[in-house]
Amino acid sequence: MKKRVLVACGTSIATATVVAEKIKEIAKEVNVPVVVAQCKASEIRGRISTFTPALIVANTPVPKDLGVLVLSGIPFLSGVGADKLKAKIVAVLKED
Amino acid sequence: MGAQAMSPKSQELWVREELVIVPLQAVSATDAITQLGAKLQAARCVKESWVQATIDREEVFATGLPTKEIGVAIPHTDVVHVLKQAIAVGVLEEPVEFMEMGNPDSTVLVRIVCALAVPRSESMVKVLQRLVKMFQSPETLRAIAGAGSAAKIVEIFGQHLSIKLGGK
Repeated sequence: MKKRVLVACGTSIATATVVAEKIKEIAKEVNVPVVVAQCKASEIRGRISTFTPALIVANTPVPKDLGVLVLSGIPFLSGVGADKLKAKIVAVLKED
Repeated sequence: MGAQAMSPKSQELWVREELVIVPLQAVSATDAITQLGAKLQAARCVKESWVQATIDREEVFATGLPTKEIGVAIPHTDVVHVLKQAIAVGVLEEPVEFMEMGNPDSTVLVRIVCALAVPRSESMVKVLQRLVKMFQSPETLRAIAGAGSAAKIVEIFGQHLSIKLGGK
């Protein structure tokens, strides 16, 4: 089954796009089929119920009670901590 | 021979000399956004509403990036305020504080401000990916911070954002 990852940022098209592309690249590398969707931070709750992601990668602060694992996507923008973030994402992608 | 693509059309659309302020003298993030927004507006890349919308958005969704050495910020806002793709670049002698992206409790001392006028477009994705790659290279950021002239800054961005240098 394809893993679903939701990427959120303020506008949904700028930094979320960069992070979403990075996640697709990582999924390809570890050979896990993935579906990545992007949304605005304000749309996040609605998208969780319709898209049912296994993971959320957010470039903005998001509520803590979403019931889905949330990782910060900022390391893919700043470069600082990018390897660590990649390892965490790979771990989620490879979970059953 | 090295691919020194000096002025590929693709990148001229994004960073141009009239969109660069060096040195940028600003007392705050808001001040920096206002000055760069004026450049974008003069070049008809954004609507008059862009500056206030970007300042307001910065309060909610901050854009200071905690890069390795030289802090960068990428203020931007919704596509409805954008007319044409462009990046206005300001290099500050004295850094200003931006709130950190994704972490409102922290701030970043920023020396390079890239004010983004991003429309929804195919080329936007590639340019943003390359821009982010630039931010992850301390050498590139040092080169921008030390460039001293708009022409040099346009050249550096041109080399890194150019579609011709694809793949890297």
